[in-house]
Amino acid sequence: MSETQALESMVGGEYKYGFTTDVEYEDFPTGINEDIVREISRRKDEPQWVLDFRLEAFEKWKKMDGEPDWPNIEYEPMDFGDIQFYSSTKKKAGKEKPESLDDIDPQILETYEKLGIPLQEQKQLQGIAVDAVFDSESIFTTFKDKLADAGVIFSSISEAIKDHPELVKKYMGSVVPKGDNFYAALNSAVFSDGSFVYVPKDTVCPMELSTYFRINNMQSGQFERTLIICEENSHVSYLEGCTAPMFQETQLHAAVVELVALENAEIKYSTIQNWYSGDEEGQGGIFNFVTKRGHCRGDNSKISWTQVETGAAITWKYPSVIMQGDGSVGEFFSVAVTNNHQQADTGTKMIHIGKDTSSTIISKGISAGESNNSYRGLVKISPRAEGAQNYSVCDSMLIGQTSGAHTFPYIESANPTAKVEHEASTSRVGEEQIFYLQQRGMSEDNAVSLIVNGFCKEVLKELPMEFAVEADKLLGIKLEGSVG
Amino acid sequence: MLEIKNLHVEVEEDGTKILKGVNLKINDGEIHAIMGPNGSGKSTLAKVVAGHEAYKVTGGDILFEGESILELDPDERAHLGLFLAFQYPVEVPGVTNKTLLREAYNTIAKERGREELDPLEFEDYINDRLDIVEMKTEFLDRSINAGFSGGEKKRNEIFQMAVLDPRISFLDETDSGLDIDALKVVAKGINHLAGEDNAVCLVTHYQRILDYIVPDKVHVMLDGKIVKSGDKDLAVKLEDKGYDWLTDLASVSANGEQQ
Repeated sequence: MSETQALESMVGGEYKYGFTTDVEYEDFPTGINEDIVREISRRKDEPQWVLDFRLEAFEKWKKMDGEPDWPNIEYEPMDFGDIQFYSSTKKKAGKEKPESLDDIDPQILETYEKLGIPLQEQKQLQGIAVDAVFDSESIFTTFKDKLADAGVIFSSISEAIKDHPELVKKYMGSVVPKGDNFYAALNSAVFSDGSFVYVPKDTVCPMELSTYFRINNMQSGQFERTLIICEENSHVSYLEGCTAPMFQETQLHAAVVELVALENAEIKYSTIQNWYSGDEEGQGGIFNFVTKRGHCRGDNSKISWTQVETGAAITWKYPSVIMQGDGSVGEFFSVAVTNNHQQADTGTKMIHIGKDTSSTIISKGISAGESNNSYRGLVKISPRAEGAQNYSVCDSMLIGQTSGAHTFPYIESANPTAKVEHEASTSRVGEEQIFYLQQRGMSEDNAVSLIVNGFCKEVLKELPMEFAVEADKLLGIKLEGSVG
Repeated sequence: MLEIKNLHVEVEEDGTKILKGVNLKINDGEIHAIMGPNGSGKSTLAKVVAGHEAYKVTGGDILFEGESILELDPDERAHLGLFLAFQYPVEVPGVTNKTLLREAYNTIAKERGREELDPLEFEDYINDRLDIVEMKTEFLDRSINAGFSGGEKKRNEIFQMAVLDPRISFLDETDSGLDIDALKVVAKGINHLAGEDNAVCLVTHYQRILDYIVPDKVHVMLDGKIVKSGDKDLAVKLEDKGYDWLTDLASVSANGEQQ
């Protein structure tokens, strides 16, 4: 048996994606220094300007004061000497980049099939183009030709660097600068792969785009970088999904996502994050330190983040929108669920620069077990943002007696015409609520899942339909047995 | 159908004794009324029958069709056809009445070997049932009890009863807080639903609802015990005399137990 299905069955409904795929990896040393950064670039056969980008980022990272200490999370400082910063599976001789599915290790194909994302043409999900990222590499991208007919570029970022250097050069690092923060700088130095999307002017992307991230290698970190550019009057909806095997050791995932929306463009970015979150005692799991930022560069552009965060031992993530164009719109819809010993410190930053910009924040935090769930959000209105508006709702729901919910809203308004509204609430899933639903015939787990889904409804309805069902199920599984 | 035998119950958390030997037998086709002042234990009885976890049964038994249900979870009891209309119906924001009812109906249908209904069939089925409590269809798409008035919540309970078609229903103070028009609607609904092969047990403080629903048996509960049972005339007597004339009865039987 090449895959440890025993592990999977051991956890039953708890975590379905905890298996590992037995593939051969190329050797790569652990730890990080300038030679490692150069080696990554060399293995990826990158042009000089990308190497320069990496080295500059590495210089900045080295000078930084270590990991940020302000989030409401606790963990042992990471030993970067133990992490393998690049992980590549062995390729057939002369087949560096797979041209067809035949060039891909069947085990990897099988993995994606098990994850519900079949890549084979006859089985592909209809209406959704998928970029499959396995450890540090993009394995395959479906529907590429069909998208190309519409002028949409959807590929791995490594390919984009080769095929569309002018676009990548122009936009990469323009939203999240190399030295933005500790993990963004680290990512900029060692980023492996990720997705690239370019939607030309006056184009509605004909299908949903999605990237499926899978961490498999126990020792490796994952440092993907995603860049989405939407030109004038264009529209794209993009979804990412994430899973990882269950290991005793923690693993690092430090991603950077940059979105650029030009005039009248709209980007909808949805995430269903279901990394392995560690066992019931808090052993193992993914450290999810992610920088996501969108830039509404043109007037009347719109960027919308929707996230359902259920996995990872620690989540540190604030998808943000800089509303520079006049009349631009930023949205953040979030469900963050923590159980057992998970910790989440997540929220958003809405930066209003242009006139009549408006933003909406709907955050729903659910904490069960011994977990801690914090919302941290900044609404910043610059002096020239006449007529800016923000509406924020942060609701927390506690399950059981030992979990924690925290809210840290920051509001900085430098323009007196701006309107900022903030509402917050905390509730507890009550014995009476559960009893009521049980009396109507529902099992305890179904009752909890119904209550939680009701609580998250405003956010779940923002997800593309195909994924809303998935998210619904995921929440139910996540909280099974959480009411003791 | 339901038999309660010498039931003793205390509060799980602090051991306060609430029920001190309740005996009650309800047969198919019967309507019972359990009356009593506040704190007599009548609402607790209803919740214990439904399986509320806050209470611990320390003695006696509850039999449904001859089988003990004490070990069953609340949902398993619901599957047998046991229904509780809540005194304080609980709000569940974001979940519509319709969602709850379809899920509940189909779960119970499956357990009781009835046919499950698909969304369209279910739509037809509940629209019929709405008329029983004179409710509008908009009601179905509202979140469960969220923002409902007191009267709407109570009507919603009877509506749920109508949809789920239980074998035996405990209606916990369904009449309290209702104005006279709402009371009539609720009473009409209950009368409509009461039949040969089901049973209803009204738990109430006042005899007012008994002007509209005629019980086969009336029981008076005091200090955790049923101290007197009779027919509908007992309710009338209570209305005239209050509960005081029965308190002696309660203390006598309590002393009797001690000896």
